[in-house]
Amino acid sequence: MALQFEVVGRFNRARASKLTLPHYVVQTPMFMPVGTQGTIKGLTNSQLEDIGCQIILGNTYHLALRPGAELIDELGGLHKFMNWKRGLLTDSGGFQMVSLLHLADITEEGVTFQSPVDGKPMLLTPEESIQIQNKIGADIIMALDDVVRTTITGPRIEEAMYRTLRWMDRCIAAHKRPDAQNLFGIVQGGLDPVLRDICVRGLVERNLPGYAIGGLAGGEDKDSFWRVVAQCTAALPEDKPRYVMGVGYPLDIVVCSALGADMYDCVYPTRTARFGTALVPEGVLKLKHNAMASDERPIVSTCSCMVCKNYTRAYIHSLVTRDAMGSQLLSYHNLSYMMRLSKDLHMSIVEGRFPEYVRGFLRTQFPKGDVPQWVCNAMEVAGIDISSCCAPVPV
Amino acid sequence: MHVQAAKTVSHILHNCRQSENSYPRSYPPKTLLPFLTPPKTPTLSFRLASAPIKTREPNTNKTKSKVSIQVRLMRFVVTKPSAGAGVAGKARLGALYLGGGGAAPPIETPALVVPTRRGLPSFISRDLLDRLPYPDSLLLHLCPIHFIVCPSTRTIKNIGGVHEMVGLQDHFFIASPGDSVESLPEHGGTNKIGAAFETPSGRRLINPKDYMDIISSTRPNLWASLADEVPAWVTEKRNRLSIDRTLKWLDDCLSLDQEKGASTLGAVVGGPNIEHRKKCATEVSMRNVSGFYLGGFGLGESIEERSALLNAVTNILPEEKIRFVSRLGLPEEVLQGVAAGIDLFDSTYIYHLTLGGFALVFPLDILGEAPEALLRNSSNDYTKINLHATIYRKDTSPIVDKCSCYTCQDHTRAYLNHLLNVHEMLAQILLEIHNTHHYLGFFRSIRRALKQEKFELFRERFMESRRVHLTEAVPYS
Repeated sequence: MALQFEVVGRFNRARASKLTLPHYVVQTPMFMPVGTQGTIKGLTNSQLEDIGCQIILGNTYHLALRPGAELIDELGGLHKFMNWKRGLLTDSGGFQMVSLLHLADITEEGVTFQSPVDGKPMLLTPEESIQIQNKIGADIIMALDDVVRTTITGPRIEEAMYRTLRWMDRCIAAHKRPDAQNLFGIVQGGLDPVLRDICVRGLVERNLPGYAIGGLAGGEDKDSFWRVVAQCTAALPEDKPRYVMGVGYPLDIVVCSALGADMYDCVYPTRTARFGTALVPEGVLKLKHNAMASDERPIVSTCSCMVCKNYTRAYIHSLVTRDAMGSQLLSYHNLSYMMRLSKDLHMSIVEGRFPEYVRGFLRTQFPKGDVPQWVCNAMEVAGIDISSCCAPVPV
Repeated sequence: MHVQAAKTVSHILHNCRQSENSYPRSYPPKTLLPFLTPPKTPTLSFRLASAPIKTREPNTNKTKSKVSIQVRLMRFVVTKPSAGAGVAGKARLGALYLGGGGAAPPIETPALVVPTRRGLPSFISRDLLDRLPYPDSLLLHLCPIHFIVCPSTRTIKNIGGVHEMVGLQDHFFIASPGDSVESLPEHGGTNKIGAAFETPSGRRLINPKDYMDIISSTRPNLWASLADEVPAWVTEKRNRLSIDRTLKWLDDCLSLDQEKGASTLGAVVGGPNIEHRKKCATEVSMRNVSGFYLGGFGLGESIEERSALLNAVTNILPEEKIRFVSRLGLPEEVLQGVAAGIDLFDSTYIYHLTLGGFALVFPLDILGEAPEALLRNSSNDYTKINLHATIYRKDTSPIVDKCSCYTCQDHTRAYLNHLLNVHEMLAQILLEIHNTHHYLGFFRSIRRALKQEKFELFRERFMESRRVHLTEAVPYS
């Protein structure tokens, strides 16, 4: 175990914590931007530090292809290669099984991919994945899990869940650097509470440094999504961090934090920036729209990031889809927004005003009071009263 | 469990690229200039001159403030007149001051005007721009044609001009019509109404009034009048027509100018014809302008005939006013321009290098190094390295040893090689930072040589060091 997890504030299930990792001390709830290939698209390390990023993600599958695990190891690990001084987390390559499924063949041994670079078969076993992640050297590494889309039903889900546990043991055995890297287990089981429960108990037995809730954020309905998160956070140990993979939208992060999750990652903020969409308290702002061409306000008037302090929507509109600079500036703002969200969640819990923060957030996103039912259900379980945010139900 | 059969490699490649590497369609553009050639073998990295380069304090959260017109006016002063004699007889040193007092130091000339796209460099955002050499990197180019589509002149005016709009209130913008990447002068479309440009949104015709609308709303510190810039191969008749039009448009622009020429660079054209050039220069000198924009260069004339044309113009232009030329981008072309008495250069050399994955490495301390040291390793391209090359995969050195730019301080050649291979935008950002830094350093070296009155020697040594790899590639006969 190479981390220390200290809860510094609570509200019911929600918690704020200080998580000490080999390279950095982070505050949760925390959003982690995704830097798939060893870089966040369009932003330098100095900008990421200015924005307040604490941990960024790298992807085993992509980095093993290019530049290659051997090379990264030879050059001293990914931190040194990228010259990133804060936290790094690597995903096992498991998600690519789902997103690039037409290239993959999953067996008990591992996953065979056809390499997109040269067409050669690439076998990713749990041992191989951990070996690669050991070479990359991130603070947190993920076990290779058998990921199945939540939209699939049937015996495949059960098979995947049990296989995940078996692969977990193989990952633990293969892990050569437990003193420097934290191996997190990933809870699978689709949307079936029984399977999820078995998986949670199995992973908890193995006494890992941290736990992730996987297999979500893939198109399942929101009401099922929050129930799985709630079930897992209730069963996972209190004194270890909980990471909901692939989340996501600010609303989802607020709800999951209320239910007791700590860490999140998603390509959404940076990807949507490259398509000209900015994150704002009310939801999203599409800078491509013609209405933006003469809008002289900043993207978000209360945002203190470099972009909102210096640029108007009209100018950004003239850049998006035309110049790389447009993508850069929007990515900068969107990530600043997510870091600010993380910070606000952390501080509001620590300062004992978490329910007020949640209510304020929901009121801004749903000014007409049309808070989705799944959010209301989730907040009830989280013990947060949001009745003042919801419009009265017509009798 | 259903598993689909794997598709062909190209399909796989296409899908991977779509999901992982999406960014705007216009980037990168399709063609590179022909002068970019890949190197065959690795090159050594050279040390820079030891003079420390000043940078500013980063200023990421500047509050907006509207600056009055008076403060924006720029004043040019020749600080070391041309020697008058010799090959480089017309080279001179100058300084650009921002009017209205204030703390900003003057910008020394000959200077590089950093190219921009809608007021910002292609890849360097304002917080990273702050870390480039100061005050050299304050000088930016503005192409009014970029604003033909949006934002509208009314919006730009409401925001307060280009300085406010792009968050670079302390920078200086020098405007000229056209740039070599996105707004190319199209002489075939130009007519008596206006000048035509090929832009990403098609061919656009702009008349003096529209041009001045953009100028008066963006409010650059200096601006060139609208010109009919023709390539070197047009007929004499067409060439004469271009002069008449350019003079007329100059007068039109001046009549629409609220500052009565105080920030105007009169455009001088004339193509490849020396007599025409002289005539145009004489005419423009008679107008009430603050400086001159030498138009029509870099559009097809050979480097040999260019010297005579440049000198024909600068011989006539008044000494005390500033001279700006576009499209003389390569180091050799810059030296040629400096020798002919040009003060400001705007070029897209850096942009094209950056897109190609090239980084400038040529030594800047030309006079300091012993001649033998420069000619050390003969089979290399001294100017630049292509970081796509596999020899850089594990090279943990910076692009240029002891370079103080952000890229060289923070990153290695190996990392840049990786970024280029996976088509990541960060590669272009880091390369543009380094290349701009390096090229600004080149201009500093030029100015230093001028101060020491060794410009001719500097130019000779520089040209020799770049030709060595060509001459030594020829086997003994």
